[in-house]
Amino acid sequence: MNPDQMSVDAVIDAVSAVFMVVGALMSLGAAIGLLRFPDLMSRMHAATKPQVLGLFLLLCAVGLQLRTWWVWPVLVVAWIFQLLTVPVSAHMVGRAGYRTKHLHPELLSADELEAVVQQAAGEHGFTDDK
Amino acid sequence: MTRQRVSLRQELPLLVWLVIVWGALWQDFSPGNLLFGALIAVVVARLLYLPPVELGGRFNVLRAIPFALGFLAKVVAASFQVLFLAVVRGPRVISAVVAVPLRSRSDLLVTATGHVISLIPGSVVVEVDRSTSTLYIHGINVRDADDADKLRKEVRETEAGLIRIMGTKAELSALNQEVGA
Repeated sequence: MNPDQMSVDAVIDAVSAVFMVVGALMSLGAAIGLLRFPDLMSRMHAATKPQVLGLFLLLCAVGLQLRTWWVWPVLVVAWIFQLLTVPVSAHMVGRAGYRTKHLHPELLSADELEAVVQQAAGEHGFTDDK
Repeated sequence: MTRQRVSLRQELPLLVWLVIVWGALWQDFSPGNLLFGALIAVVVARLLYLPPVELGGRFNVLRAIPFALGFLAKVVAASFQVLFLAVVRGPRVISAVVAVPLRSRSDLLVTATGHVISLIPGSVVVEVDRSTSTLYIHGINVRDADDADKLRKEVRETEAGLIRIMGTKAELSALNQEVGA
């Protein structure tokens, strides 16, 4: 093996090592956020954002280490599915959480949805959401 | 039961995507495998019928690439922001639920905007009002009206970027007039 190829290998190893460590850090950040944030909706922020990046970095590291081009489409598809599904699940959980009043009004500086919900409830004669 | 026929042109993006997923999962992009994948994609699309997604009829690749790169940068920024907030602010973080009226009435654009802003800094969609195209967004670390305005502006800009990529011509000209005015 000539020295050039050695150094290319070393660079790829170093880059994937950085990706893996940062990716793991992002997942750790998501876990810390889930523990420390006060209500359900701020926890959804922690559950959606850092782990999308964390998965991206870990998939990149896998792709760099396997060194075959045909593994990249699988990794890209895996990440795209993550991008498509994460906001939907966060939205569904957040929406259910809002409707069942799992929130702390004292931690909200503004709530422009509340008036709309109240009005809709008044119009239909419901005290709670259908 | 009568079904509205979907034209092949309308269905094509879905079929292409299914074939790409097929090839990626087999890790084999040889012509034979892709052909078989296309066959399965057509059968799946015929048997498991879904209402077609109404596309705007245009897609601007030159706008899409910078948007995708900017999106990636924002995902990175969002992750570090959440990490920072989780470690430093923790239970004392102040949030807000902000209503953002969107320009577009197209389901595709509202969905795409909702997806993108769920992944960029500080926002998760809580509720969608489809009749008025209004997104209700939970913004983290939104402490006063100024922050809420900033969030609103950010969402509107994201939507503008998506309209430039794949909005209909009418939406695009409305956007250009708004920017020009």
